[in-house]
Amino acid sequence: MRRSTSRRDRGSDRPRRSRNPSDRLFRGATLGFALAILGLALLVAWQLFIHSKLSREQFGWSFLWTQTWDPVAGQFGALPFIYGTLVTSVLALVIAVPLGLGTALFLAELAPPRLSQWLAFMVELLAAIPSVIYGLVGIFIVVPWVRVHLEPALSGTLGFLPLFRGAPYGVGFLTAGLILAVMVVPFITSVSREVLLAVPRVQREAALALGATRWEMLRMAVLPYARSGIAGSILLALARALGETMAVTMVIGNKPQIAASLFEPGYTMPAVLANEFTEATDDLYLHALIEIGLVLFVVTVLINGIARLMLMRLAVPAGPVKR
Amino acid sequence: MHLLPDLKKALPARASLAPTPEEAPEAMRTEALSAWFGPHQVLHEISLRFPARQVTALIGPSGCGKTTYIRCLNRMHEVVPSARVGGKVLLGGEDIYAPKVDPVLVRRRIGMVFQKPNPFPAMSIYGNVAAGLRLTGLAKGRSLDEIVERSLRQAALWDEVKDRLHQPGTDLSGGQQQRLCIARTLAVEPEVLLFDEPCSALDPVATEKIEQLLFELKKRYTIVIVTHNMQQAARVSDLTGFLLMGDLVEFGRTESLFTTPKDPRTEAYITGRFG
Ligand SMILES: Nc1ncnc2c1ncn2[C@@H]1O[C@H](COP(=O)(O)OP(=O)(O)OP(=O)(O)O)[C@@H](O)[C@H]1O
Ligand SMILES: [Mg+2]
Repeated sequence: MRRSTSRRDRGSDRPRRSRNPSDRLFRGATLGFALAILGLALLVAWQLFIHSKLSREQFGWSFLWTQTWDPVAGQFGALPFIYGTLVTSVLALVIAVPLGLGTALFLAELAPPRLSQWLAFMVELLAAIPSVIYGLVGIFIVVPWVRVHLEPALSGTLGFLPLFRGAPYGVGFLTAGLILAVMVVPFITSVSREVLLAVPRVQREAALALGATRWEMLRMAVLPYARSGIAGSILLALARALGETMAVTMVIGNKPQIAASLFEPGYTMPAVLANEFTEATDDLYLHALIEIGLVLFVVTVLINGIARLMLMRLAVPAGPVKR
Repeated sequence: MHLLPDLKKALPARASLAPTPEEAPEAMRTEALSAWFGPHQVLHEISLRFPARQVTALIGPSGCGKTTYIRCLNRMHEVVPSARVGGKVLLGGEDIYAPKVDPVLVRRRIGMVFQKPNPFPAMSIYGNVAAGLRLTGLAKGRSLDEIVERSLRQAALWDEVKDRLHQPGTDLSGGQQQRLCIARTLAVEPEVLLFDEPCSALDPVATEKIEQLLFELKKRYTIVIVTHNMQQAARVSDLTGFLLMGDLVEFGRTESLFTTPKDPRTEAYITGRFG
């Protein structure tokens, strides 16, 4: 990889081993903390793994693609929850990506600096609102609005698509996706804004000096330079959407089904965990829930890992670095 | 340290048929050009005349306003927030700061090469050269490939990169990157080329290559070059201007400025007594 040089350089600055005892102590302590965090993550994974034993042995891989969720009959399949999680998260991104990127572009490129800082601060505040508040707003404001206005309007105009057919319930995939979109927009906006602001001035000026307009400069110099960071921000938002529990539980309807229509109620992995944990009286039920937790854990860790890698690539200077 | 004898050696023997700076028609001119950063005035009413197809060098100590001046010439100065310009820059007799003039079009006519090579890292060598053409569809009627090859040849880079046109531009050495940036500027066929210390990040061999390139380019383009290196100014330029703290102290033919400076401050600077 062409950007590996500087990473190597950075590594070579570090002394391999210091003879100073306080240095060694410091090194040992920080290494210990770092390992403890890693150990904690592994411990979580391990616990999820052993406590889902019954379910894994009974259903095997078919757990992932079975639709039945019947605690009375002892039949457990995770597919409706996986489906609900993916559909709501993808829907959230479909809405949040254009909105978040548009806002980031405005804040980084067009808004006067003072206004930009102030608005960026407000956007970051959105991320600090507890998700149960989003859930409440969802129940009392968004659900009725979706039922009365949005869903009839959508089925009136786009009703030829199976996605927008059926009775308007208000609670369902669509509302959950909307709420999630608002919740993840701040991640996309604030990370992308930082990434855009970090594009070096010489890159912008190179484009301008060639006779680029402002928009052409964005397309030619700024966006390509920032693209991996922007992609990273989207993946972080996705990871957040996949794991969001409270707000989604409150507006999705909590019905384990796979439905083509976004108006239908559904269920997600975090929501079923939160709702049914206390009711899980027999061991198989409990183990099936924990296995859902394991699936969720694996998916979010994978996505976060990819996001981190992309951000890391961005942190390495990509400018005129000599090989 | 006395530089004068060295500088005399560096002066090229003028080819007898080339027009002298006085005879050459004017390509560009500044009239009482001033520039500000916020309240801070960094250029004071500079009037200069750039003859067509000649190289004009600007020298002066660090911070005297060379970069600011050259950036005023293609309306790049105003890109900096709070920056302001006064006076006129006439290109072919027309003021590029007139209210109805679009800075984007000005920059297409007046190309600029920066101090540090700045190829687009996300683009290939080919993509970098083609970048300006893709903006406007300037390449209509002719193939992009042809223009890319021609520009790379003019920048004396073609032979070194012709087998790897589709590798990233940032894979090249610093000197090659700078010539890539020159090729990128040439591709849109500007009338004037501005160079802001184009060799300051390069080693002597790469510097020599760029200087030779300037001799070729001046057959077709009017060139303005900022340099810290007085030997370089003496080697490559026909005319030299000396700036000090935002004022133009002296301007004239390179050989007379370096051999018989009229202003004592110029003499002090070129003999290395300050700056
Ligand atoms: N972006 C800026 N904002 C405010 N002041 C600036 C800015 N850029 C330059 N200046 C000031 O303008 C003056 C002229 O700077 P300029 O960069 O034109 O000098 P220079 O002759 O190119 O110097 P050097 O040889 O070091 O490149 C300096 O006093 C500098 O501090
Ligand atoms: Mg400068």
